[in-house]
Amino acid sequence: MRTLVLAAAIVLSAEQRPVVPPPPPPPPLPMPAILQAYQPVTAERLLKPADGEWLMIRRSYDGWGYSPLTQINTQNVARLQPVWVFSTGAVNGHEAPPLVNNGVMFVSTPGNQVIAVDARTGLLLWRYRRPLMEDAVVLHPTTRGVALYGDRVFLAANEAVLVALDAKTGKEVWTADVADNQSGYYMSLAPMVAEGNVIIGASGGELGIRGFVAAYDAETGALRWRTYTVPAPGEPGSETWPKGDQWKTGGAPVWVTGNFDPQSHLSYWGTGNGGPWMGDQRPGDNLFTASTVAIDVRTGRMAGHFQYHPNDSWDWDEVSPPILVDYQRNGRTVKGLVDVARNGYLWFLERSDSAIAFVEGKPYVKQTVFKSLDPKTGRPDVDPDRKPGTGTKAENICPSHWGGKNWPPIAFSPQTRMIYIPANENLCDSITGVEVEYEPGSRYIGGTSSLVLTPGADHVGEVQAWNVDTGQRVWTHTYSHSVNWGSMLATGGGLVFSGGTGDRKLHAFDAANGTLLWEFPTNSGILGPPSSFTIDGKQFIAVQSGWGVDSRSMQSRLNTLTRGGYPEVPEGGAIWVFAVP
Amino acid sequence: MRGATGLFVAWMTPVLSAAQTDRTTGRPAKGDLLVKVGDATLTPLTIDDIPTTAPLMAWPMNAADQIVRSGSRLNRVLLVRLDREALATGTRSLAAGNVVAYSAICTHSGCDVGGWIADAQQLYCECHESKFDPRDGARVTDGPAPRSLPALPIEVVDGVLVVARPFTSRVGFTEG
Repeated sequence: MRTLVLAAAIVLSAEQRPVVPPPPPPPPLPMPAILQAYQPVTAERLLKPADGEWLMIRRSYDGWGYSPLTQINTQNVARLQPVWVFSTGAVNGHEAPPLVNNGVMFVSTPGNQVIAVDARTGLLLWRYRRPLMEDAVVLHPTTRGVALYGDRVFLAANEAVLVALDAKTGKEVWTADVADNQSGYYMSLAPMVAEGNVIIGASGGELGIRGFVAAYDAETGALRWRTYTVPAPGEPGSETWPKGDQWKTGGAPVWVTGNFDPQSHLSYWGTGNGGPWMGDQRPGDNLFTASTVAIDVRTGRMAGHFQYHPNDSWDWDEVSPPILVDYQRNGRTVKGLVDVARNGYLWFLERSDSAIAFVEGKPYVKQTVFKSLDPKTGRPDVDPDRKPGTGTKAENICPSHWGGKNWPPIAFSPQTRMIYIPANENLCDSITGVEVEYEPGSRYIGGTSSLVLTPGADHVGEVQAWNVDTGQRVWTHTYSHSVNWGSMLATGGGLVFSGGTGDRKLHAFDAANGTLLWEFPTNSGILGPPSSFTIDGKQFIAVQSGWGVDSRSMQSRLNTLTRGGYPEVPEGGAIWVFAVP
Repeated sequence: MRGATGLFVAWMTPVLSAAQTDRTTGRPAKGDLLVKVGDATLTPLTIDDIPTTAPLMAWPMNAADQIVRSGSRLNRVLLVRLDREALATGTRSLAAGNVVAYSAICTHSGCDVGGWIADAQQLYCECHESKFDPRDGARVTDGPAPRSLPALPIEVVDGVLVVARPFTSRVGFTEG
């Protein structure tokens, strides 16, 4: 009884206690001065970046990956040293370039993370993390960068959600659901901002998606347009698909950012493999798989296309967009597109307001599948013995399904008139097709592949330099014990930078002749594009290091094939910044 | 008093939400049955239902209320029928007779491990070509996967396959 009375007293006491309001949150820390002084990224700055700026993933809309800066050059690059390094806290493949605006560096990393860092000191300014659902469908858990526009940072989050962040705080301004992740749509590319639109595409070529390019209003996040890369029945290109539902799961994903021609308002995007892998399960050319498509950024209208190979059956995603460069051919200047395709061919094309025309194509690595190209259209004559099908095996397919070059972008130097290609040579495949049934969000491949290293091969990874005016290869650097997954940077200092190798190094070459002038081992392997910028007039080189995703896959397969010749590369991400003291 | 009630409700809300978690997404638990993916009849699988020629994809199903745990793709299970004599000692303790069960989600990037290399008796992920040996705890034999597929210990109860214990390790991959 005494206990009951005591308990009642306690309850009464609790009921009569006045409700105490929670303490007010502590005042926010003052915004760092560098963020207070943050200057919006205008459309004009994106069109004509200053020499010391790197505001978008390839620096300029033409996709050159070229910095005109000259302070770091062939004469002093041997003295290049790290200035600072910053651990991202993430593992897996770090495939995004550091962007820098007014001294603020922005990087994205696996794990739906964006980090803002003081580019001079390497000190953290803010960090954004977007939790990923435990069962999210993300077959390539990476990000290839962010886009800057106004005072915002745009991230294509893995679960197919477009995110706009406040560049000064890292807080979400808006989000837009782009597609249904549980049906296999995910995103790994960097958004492109052009004419007020944030433009993205979706991955999922191994999951039976229907690819698209879509644009969202940069201010509000409202959908502006969506253009599918597989036409519906009755739409142009639908005649290249069988009568049936294959178009609904036809693939043609868009997982690398396009390039853009401001004069024509046309953006150029690459598309991936058809779904499923075996072309005999979707007879026809299957437009617009394995193609470049020209899309008006204002309306989404498809103005032209070029298909690199019809009825893809080799998993040769042609997602890397062509760079926009005018070149000489047969005494005339061609308003050009140059594409280094996964199918092992180097393509010289011509762009106009209404079409993409074939000019020239030639293999840059060993290619066993195309017997020839039609001289007018560029359409390849495919060797049927090298085309796998459902229930049939094709051997000696070169290059392998990873391609002569995968997603890492080439660079172009207007000084040397050369493009620089991160290539993998001497890798081939055998592929066997099998029946596969579509189930939303589940793999929709229907093929097994076995990697083959060419007997007697003395190397795999290469950096190739080709003159765009002559169409000839000028120099090749070979990596005797490494693959090459390194995105390229060319500079006005006569240099070419790239990582890509299993020895974790960032390399600098003489752009003119391929002489290796400098290299430095980082924490992990380097996949992402290096960038270059100035702060207070001083030039820096920045890059993320972080091995993973497909580079890890190729490395491990080769390690098995060579009984230990390609050992595991340490993983874990970091941003590195270099300068000449 | 109203204020106190409001605080009480606010405190309880997360608990109520957790209690109402969709039972289709919970991980398989002891006593769950296994049903073939796509089988609308929800017929519990037996050893004889598992082909010897290729793995079979299945969902766990709560035995009491016949709720299939298909709300999360992480619950997909591969059932593989093998020669029991070929099973490694540690793997036999996970098996129901000559059938073993593993997570169907690759530990590399989360693809469904849907391939089967019959002559080598290997599970194969078509996305990035990892291979796993189902006779030996689904250890990685090739490719980029960093760890084995989690095993789902099973047994035979009243003639049907039943989950004996939860997954032996975390399913899925490391996102970043």
